[in-house]
Amino acid sequence: MQREYTSIAEISGPIMVVEGVSGVTFEELVEIELSGGEIRRGRVLEINRDRAVVQLFEAAQGLNLRQSRVRFLGKVMELGVSEDMLGRVFDGAGRPIDGGPPIIPEKRLPISGEPLNPYSRDYPNEFIQTGISVIDGLNTLVRGQKLPIFSGSGLPHNKLAAQVARQAKVLGTGEEFAVVFGAMGITFEEANFFITDLRKTGALERSVMFINLADDPVIERITTPRLVLTCAEYLAFERDLHVLVILTDITNYAEALREVSAARKEIPGRRGYPGYMYTDLSTIYERAGRIKGKKGSITQMPILTMPQDDKTHPIPDLTGYITEGQLFLSRELHRKGIYPPFDVLPCLSRLKDKGIGPGKTREDHAGVLNQLYAAYARGIDVREMAAILGEAALSKTDRLYWKFADEFERRFIQQGEYEDRTIIQTLTIGWELLSMLPRGELKRVRDEFIEKYLPKRAEEPVVA
Amino acid sequence: MATGRIVKVAGPLVVAEGLTDAKMYEVVRVGKERLVGEVIVLDGDLASIQVYEETAGLGPGDPVEGTGEPLSVELGPGIISSIYDGIQRPLEAIQARWGAYIRRGVEAAALDRTKKWGFTPKVKKGDAVSAGDILGIVQETTLVEHRIMVPPGLAGTIEEIRAGEFTVEETIGILKDAQGKRHELKMMQRWPVRRARPYTEKLPSTELLTTGQRIVDTLFPLAKGGTACVPGPFGSGKTVIQHQLAKWADAQVIVFVGCGERGNEMTDVLMEFPELEDPKTGEPLMKRTVLIANTSNMPVAAREASVYTGITIAEYFRDMGYSVALMADSTSRWAEAMREISGRLEEMPGEEGYPAYLGSRIADFYARAGRVICLGSPRREGSLSAIGAVSPPGGDLSEPVTQNTLRLVKVFWGLDANLAYRRHFPAINWLTSYSLYNDDLIPYFEKHVGAEWNLLREEFMRLLQIEAELEEIVRLVGVEALSPSDRLKLEVARSIREDYLMQSAFDDVDTYSSLSKQLKMMQLIWRFYELGQRAIEQGVAIQKIIELPVRERIAKAKFIPENQFEQSFREIDRQIQGEFESLLAGGAYAARVH
Ligand SMILES: Nc1ncnc2c1ncn2[C@@H]1O[C@H](COP(=O)(O)OP(=O)(O)OP(=O)(O)O)[C@@H](O)[C@H]1O
Ligand SMILES: Nc1ncnc2c1ncn2[C@@H]1O[C@H](COP(=O)(O)OP(=O)(O)O)[C@@H](O)[C@H]1O
Ligand SMILES: [Mg+2]
Ligand SMILES: [Mg+2]
Repeated sequence: MQREYTSIAEISGPIMVVEGVSGVTFEELVEIELSGGEIRRGRVLEINRDRAVVQLFEAAQGLNLRQSRVRFLGKVMELGVSEDMLGRVFDGAGRPIDGGPPIIPEKRLPISGEPLNPYSRDYPNEFIQTGISVIDGLNTLVRGQKLPIFSGSGLPHNKLAAQVARQAKVLGTGEEFAVVFGAMGITFEEANFFITDLRKTGALERSVMFINLADDPVIERITTPRLVLTCAEYLAFERDLHVLVILTDITNYAEALREVSAARKEIPGRRGYPGYMYTDLSTIYERAGRIKGKKGSITQMPILTMPQDDKTHPIPDLTGYITEGQLFLSRELHRKGIYPPFDVLPCLSRLKDKGIGPGKTREDHAGVLNQLYAAYARGIDVREMAAILGEAALSKTDRLYWKFADEFERRFIQQGEYEDRTIIQTLTIGWELLSMLPRGELKRVRDEFIEKYLPKRAEEPVVA
Repeated sequence: MATGRIVKVAGPLVVAEGLTDAKMYEVVRVGKERLVGEVIVLDGDLASIQVYEETAGLGPGDPVEGTGEPLSVELGPGIISSIYDGIQRPLEAIQARWGAYIRRGVEAAALDRTKKWGFTPKVKKGDAVSAGDILGIVQETTLVEHRIMVPPGLAGTIEEIRAGEFTVEETIGILKDAQGKRHELKMMQRWPVRRARPYTEKLPSTELLTTGQRIVDTLFPLAKGGTACVPGPFGSGKTVIQHQLAKWADAQVIVFVGCGERGNEMTDVLMEFPELEDPKTGEPLMKRTVLIANTSNMPVAAREASVYTGITIAEYFRDMGYSVALMADSTSRWAEAMREISGRLEEMPGEEGYPAYLGSRIADFYARAGRVICLGSPRREGSLSAIGAVSPPGGDLSEPVTQNTLRLVKVFWGLDANLAYRRHFPAINWLTSYSLYNDDLIPYFEKHVGAEWNLLREEFMRLLQIEAELEEIVRLVGVEALSPSDRLKLEVARSIREDYLMQSAFDDVDTYSSLSKQLKMMQLIWRFYELGQRAIEQGVAIQKIIELPVRERIAKAKFIPENQFEQSFREIDRQIQGEFESLLAGGAYAARVH
């Protein structure tokens, strides 16, 4: 059967139509040889009788209707994997860019992955201490979770992700994470920041990086996260490593997806993003987790910048519907000079409940976190009300809450970029803050824990 | 059966030609791997097929084979405690044979063909039977007695009936119909998922589906056989509330459909339910539960089917005379799957790209809920309650899936991001949510809990309304401007919200409240309110009332276990009275304090 054609009928953006083909199958990998011998790749998006619609993985530049030769390879796109990938840097299409030798693959794996049987999953419940109070104390990360950072342009999400990568550990095991890092459309400076940071701490040896920069082909970004996850799955489930996957910036990925959809003239969904974006994103995010009987795990921390800081934008919205919680960053706190500038209220870790408590963190953890949340929420309400009505209109208790909110931001949320707090330190700060409130207000914590952990004071707090 | 050939592949949609005698909704086998697909459009010689598995590797020329059968489920012993994918393939068997990842083309029977079940007949030779009659029983799990019924469409006399151990395919008896034709009776029957199973008569829903969730049972109750929806943005608690209902609702069989959501959430149920005890029987909850899982990364067409697979299984147990509750998390993913297939078919899109038939599909789904007199004898009642989560984009309820759902369901538990942000769970907004069963259930509560329930419920609702109005005033002029009586109302409304409506799903005790505990908790709050208003009338300073130590005990009453509640309730009640008495006696009068 003929597998090579020169019958490209149409190229439009990232989409190419080839006619007169036979034996072509859906999702098949395609190679296009330019007249100069250069190879580009793509995959079959649709096949209708003898007409194949191909999505290019790389830029269309230089493609030519008559001279470019199209080969259908009879297989889906694969990544050659090996443990030697650790310590290496690749481009967004999987080619080494660190000057090192080519990888001799131990095996080749299809990059789209296969859905994990829910029956085979093991529920994530091992506490990861990141040393960051808002995460450990309030929105606990567990091994095998997917917990994204919802940020905005100019906010320090990269610093935060790097701090997590540097400090993350499972208590008591001392096991370190291998980091698989995927950059999609970020700047050279941002990418360089990660590489430098990982090198400085010696973590580069246990890292793999796939980097598509802002000036690299947009369309490559659709493949990048899949390469990252294929590599991560190999390291986690065949090489027993605990892998932390950082993907940045998902917004650039989604835009590439929109570009392909628009080129195919599909009916657009919200804000021009394709209707299947939920399913598409889930095929990335759902590749986190643990598998029964396997030692390794994949924990994902995707980063996305919300266009106009709008959390109802389809990218954060669909992400939030798939991931197991989210960490929001706040422009307001950032302006106040607070690092890490977490917008605490909408942050959530859905898996925290099974990762905390006696034997994991401490018995009082759940109560403390609920109480801190409730108190901070009320403190913010009061602060807003005071801005309108003035302090005089506040009740005594309200004033305590106001002070609580300020102190909470200053002492609990704020910490150093290199400050690695233990969970006990985090809970201690929490109790100190709670001791600012009348005891009767602490309804979310059990009495026995109040007796045991609340710092003793001579008398009930009052506001001067 | 004619074999066709693929001419086009676009994602989950395949078009084939030459399937000359294909019928609408017929199941076909696609490609060399014989992937399962279903005919959804017939147009001349072309059949459009939605394929329930990944279509990578399919191409023009590949064979497509008809099966003559519509998409059906297998019904019989072995369903309970199972986890199936969207087209009823058993995920446990798939893992055992193929490992952790779901490969394409895997095949496994929904019901184990080798397992023997003990069958006890309930009819005897010579009995005249018709569709729905109970032929006999199998103790499927400690919680579910599986009633083997004459399949719909069949009637006649029992020529033979056997007792003993059988597989689902073995003959348990012979039925001779009016034409004298003999039919072998088996424990397994099949039913097409897109067709509602028949019943004798629909009945109004007048019995409470007790959930043990205070805000649900007290303010927005669901009746057995009723319909409810839970819309809310991500993280607002849709899944947790559905899990809570799956755990604690007093239904006899639970069908939980994980439709396009997270894999770990299904794993959670799988790992937790066998450990949890049914509050009534002490048996593991898994023994009354069926799971259907098509997670977000599993093939999208099977997501569309999963909801039908689930409700057909639920109807089957309803037909046995059970109260069944089905949860679908999330119906939005089901609607989106419809939208995706519709888009590939290049159908004319309706609102937001959804197909024009979105509304009627949602209506058909919820119409399959209800309380019924089941087909056949002995005469029995069954009910199917359906609860659907809705995941509106950006949390905006004006979108088509929410709107179409609200037209049909009778209970609306509206989840509120702002409540969730402050960790007020369940984050059901008490001002916008409603239950249209409230009035119908008044007699039920009166009979089973006491008339006071209905009164307190109304008082609670009223105070929450008043609170919202007072909060407006407070926002303008500050709390000090309110009268002491209004300030007490604010305090008590807050107590209702925080001490009563808030309920942690993750606290061993708080996770479930019996109706009698709910009533007593309401009584405590109300006692405080009434004595408080009386004290204010007598001039006691509001601040003194707010600071009464007993309030902390009222607040923590929810953590008192059911078996100690009776006594603690009396103690707290006495303490409330005692503290108010000493307030009055101690002369804590407003005038003297100021
Ligand atoms: N689901 C809801 N239904 C009705 N009103 C709500 C809801 N969520 C929040 N609100 C309003 O928003 C206000 C703030 O929420 P809430 O009162 O729970 O927090 P709080 O400030 O901690 O409580 P408090 O005002 O008693 O200190 C509420 O007083 C209430 O009026
Ligand atoms: N009743 C509850 N008690 C305690 N926490 C809850 C409750 N309901 C929801 N939550 C919290 O909210 C999180 C999100 O709930 P979930 O049901 O997964 O939301 P959704 O399905 O709407 O996205 C949970 O992980 C849990 O932390
Ligand atoms: Mg308030
Ligand atoms: Mg959910």
